Amino acid sequence: MNQATLLLIPFATPFIAAIAASFLPTKARNAAASLSSLTALIGVFSLLWLYPTVASGEVVRFAAEWLPSLDVAFRLRLDGFAWLFALIVQAIGLLVVIYARYYMSPEDPVPRFFSFLMAFMGAMTGVVLAGDMIQLVLFWELTSFFSFLLIGYWNHSEAAQNGAKMALTVTALGGLSLLAGVVVLGRIVGSFDMDIVLASGQIIKDSPLYLPAMVLMMLGALTKSAQFPFHFWLPRAMAAPTPVSAYLHSATMVKAGVFLMVRFWPVLAGTPEWGYLIGGAGMITLLFGAWAAVFQNDLKGLLAYSTISHLGLITLLLGMGTPLAAVAAIFHIVNHATFKASLFMAAGVIDHESGTRDLRRLSGLRKLMPITATLAIVAAGAMAGVPLLNGFLSKEMFLTEALEATEGRDLSLLVPVLATIASALSVLYSVRFIHQAFFGPAPTDLPKTPHEPPRWMRFPIELLVLTCVLVGVIPALTIAPLLKLAVLSVLGPETPSYSVSIWHGFNLPLLMSAIALVGGTLAYVLLGKHINRAERAWIIGRFSGKRAFDRSMRFLTMTAEWTVRQLGSRKQQSRIRMLVLFAILAATVAAGATGLGFAEAGIKIQRPGIGFTMLWVIASGCAIAAAWQAKYHRLAAVSLMAGCGLVSAITFVWFSAPDLAVTQMLVEIVTGVLLLLGLRWLPKRSVEMAPSKTDFRSRRRRAADFAIAILAGTGMAVMAFAVMTRPGESHLANFFLEESYPRGGGRNVVNVLLVDFRAFDTMGEITVLGIVGLTIWALLRRFRPAEESRGITEQRRVQDRHDQRHEQRKSGDTLKETMLIPAVVMKWTFPFIILLALHLFLRGHDLPGGGFAAGVAMSVAFILQYMAEGARWVEDRLRIRPLYWIGGGLLISALTGVASWLFNYPFLTTYFQYGSLPWVEKVPMATAVLFDLGVALLVVGATVLMLTAIAHQSLRKARDVEPVQSAEEGL
Amino acid sequence: MEIVLAIGIGILTASGVWLLLRPRTFQVIIGLSLLGYAVNLFIFAMGRLKAGAPPLVNPGEVDTSAYADPVPQALVLTAIVISFALTALYLVVLLTARGITGTDHVDGQEPE
Repeated sequence: MNQATLLLIPFATPFIAAIAASFLPTKARNAAASLSSLTALIGVFSLLWLYPTVASGEVVRFAAEWLPSLDVAFRLRLDGFAWLFALIVQAIGLLVVIYARYYMSPEDPVPRFFSFLMAFMGAMTGVVLAGDMIQLVLFWELTSFFSFLLIGYWNHSEAAQNGAKMALTVTALGGLSLLAGVVVLGRIVGSFDMDIVLASGQIIKDSPLYLPAMVLMMLGALTKSAQFPFHFWLPRAMAAPTPVSAYLHSATMVKAGVFLMVRFWPVLAGTPEWGYLIGGAGMITLLFGAWAAVFQNDLKGLLAYSTISHLGLITLLLGMGTPLAAVAAIFHIVNHATFKASLFMAAGVIDHESGTRDLRRLSGLRKLMPITATLAIVAAGAMAGVPLLNGFLSKEMFLTEALEATEGRDLSLLVPVLATIASALSVLYSVRFIHQAFFGPAPTDLPKTPHEPPRWMRFPIELLVLTCVLVGVIPALTIAPLLKLAVLSVLGPETPSYSVSIWHGFNLPLLMSAIALVGGTLAYVLLGKHINRAERAWIIGRFSGKRAFDRSMRFLTMTAEWTVRQLGSRKQQSRIRMLVLFAILAATVAAGATGLGFAEAGIKIQRPGIGFTMLWVIASGCAIAAAWQAKYHRLAAVSLMAGCGLVSAITFVWFSAPDLAVTQMLVEIVTGVLLLLGLRWLPKRSVEMAPSKTDFRSRRRRAADFAIAILAGTGMAVMAFAVMTRPGESHLANFFLEESYPRGGGRNVVNVLLVDFRAFDTMGEITVLGIVGLTIWALLRRFRPAEESRGITEQRRVQDRHDQRHEQRKSGDTLKETMLIPAVVMKWTFPFIILLALHLFLRGHDLPGGGFAAGVAMSVAFILQYMAEGARWVEDRLRIRPLYWIGGGLLISALTGVASWLFNYPFLTTYFQYGSLPWVEKVPMATAVLFDLGVALLVVGATVLMLTAIAHQSLRKARDVEPVQSAEEGL
Repeated sequence: MEIVLAIGIGILTASGVWLLLRPRTFQVIIGLSLLGYAVNLFIFAMGRLKAGAPPLVNPGEVDTSAYADPVPQALVLTAIVISFALTALYLVVLLTARGITGTDHVDGQEPE
């Protein structure tokens, strides 16, 4: 298989597995675990397969177009360092999956857990393999997101909820900062391509934007890697199931921060600013984390603070800026991942088997679970830096660098001394962990009686601990080639000579190690009892990052609440007033900034004609009268409103927009019918019922509203006038006018625009229309009218009373007679309106008309039948199924678009040719016509659905008055 | 012509905004429709007013200055249909709300 395609496997398979796992039944624990472990296994093997290529120094790349207009591509890039990191992600992922199979309780929805875990694995691989900086940020944020879901997996627990929220807030904010930094960096270099960026170190460091770019990016890295002062989210993330802590919060996700530092180390590191920011953060975190870890009584808490401290160590190494320190950092990333993951798993076993993680309650487990105890002791030894284990090697390198990197600088003694102290603290908490949990008398009051875990739950720990030992004893045969690969790909020609071996002779670093080991152990012997009794950490106990976080969160919430109180309102009218005022303000500011441009010369204003002026006098009168009467005379208001619509239609046709005029007229009809249908369900309101207008507050409010209305109206008038009287040469218009026929095959440019050039927009529009239709239908299925609107209307009652007084009449006769003539006319116009709709549709591409107009015309034909004879009569004779029309219309439009894929054209490309239908003239046979057919069908369906859904309510409610329950619902 | 249409748009807007600020749902629906007319005409006017020049081109050489701007027209055409949908949806929501709350006040309850 092609190497580049092979690269897709470890990246894409986890996402596919995540989706597949989410479809598994809730209890399918084994299926989900098998699926996940298979996925991770495939990932590991594909990476091993790529090893020879990567080992030869080649960088494997895969690229696909993504956002070419922004110069962002989807690129995967695998060099030595990425390979090593990806292997850690996949391999530890595999072990965690096996472990989780036994750890997770069958009562939990386990497939969901594995689904999140796989999605995280894919996202993390995406970060590691990213060959484009924007893509890197995208997957970076995805890891934060899945970390959130995994921490909050036990979503009934409050600690889990809060921990998840805090982790997401901190790391996602860091991610935003990273995005900003990456954008700045991309501007400096002129590309987001990682290859180009990594080759532009000098340009970046010389740029005046170096500092903002570096600080912004590193804020992302420091938050993700839980560096001081952003460390506080990590201990709270321990509310997650232990496999998650082992995987995300020690081995992989928190390493993304240091990964980023290593990745960009060649182009960002080495400046004094870098040294102070990264080195400083690392040093503080190293000491702070180690000190806090000493005082933890929760097993996982101890490990979490220890993780913070070790991440600080790596950060410090990278902050030193020397190539050798970078080598040590990469080495320690690998070592820490192995021993810390195994320790977390061991902690999970203890918790699982004994029911508690409290170090003060645990004791003497060595006798009850000897194998687990041995494994944990070895792993803790690696954490403490005991010789012959992997932790020792990288710690030696660290101590060497602590001595050499600072040689000759100010305070050159400080760094080595602090490094030794931190190492001693590391020994102290490791010894405390081991002694408290495994030694001493047998435990007394544990919730469960501990025993060894199932065989396969221990297996991942065994494998990891074996790795620790092998790397520690024979580094040259195990880790050395891999480390060399990673180091070469990061440092390139800068790669220093270093040696990974156990014995470097009696030297200062060895002495420092010895001091740390002895000092740490001694400290535990002397102070252990006091530490166990301590309520909180000495000295730093008062400081709490969590409290600062909570305070700032509370401050944000309170500010938001204050703003809402000041500006918001529970009254709809006040809200709309605010909205309108804001719009007026925005328009005023914009107009004030640029001016309205009345003063342009050479503009010919057309003299107002008397006819047009009269038209608008009428329309204005209608508008004002509608505004005046809408409260008490609804019927009048609807008619007056239609008057305005009519004048708009005439205006359209007057100024060369026949399509608009046709559509407006037809829509006016359906809107009118719709509103008339609705009137019946509104409460009675008459002038006599009105409260007296003498109330001062209501008068003041009306005056203010009046002023706002006048202001808005004047503003719109001035703006419209300003635009209309300035010369307007539109390139857009010229393009469409020129290309409409050659490219779209239609003479009616407006229609060609809708169904060809901007067909995708139109598809969105009709989708919205369909959704609105369905929403209305759904809302009305459960419609309950107000009490007073139920039953027969007043008018109908009057008519019925008249009918009852005369013997030869049946009730309902008057109604029929009133509508007799119109009903005949309406019935007879049915075929003609359908003909008109067809006509509008067929001529649409070349002459005014088109799918929208045809659709509305068609629906008018149906509605008229309803009005003439009532719903029952129509539906006995004619089965209209608006839902099918909607679905069919949408399907036809979409399929027309998809069909162009068959010919290797983009979605919705049209093909056209002229053909002739029998008896009809030459008609355009563009595929756009098919699309337009979809539009027309959908418009018919949606419009008819809306109108009949409302019309049906009268039927249903009339029957509801009788106790007989109606079975019919909707259409 | 321009001044007449501009004033017309202004009056439609003013009436619409006034009704938007009223307390009864039916007033608001009429207001939305009036405002809709105003906005559609406003967008249409952005293409300038040109009488007797519908954008129906003849194949061959096209003298672009002889036609009205088709772009605002296309925008307004869909806007007309969508504003119908909006009116319909709003109407149904207000009817349902009136059924549930028993009042046609925009707040869902009569003011004290």
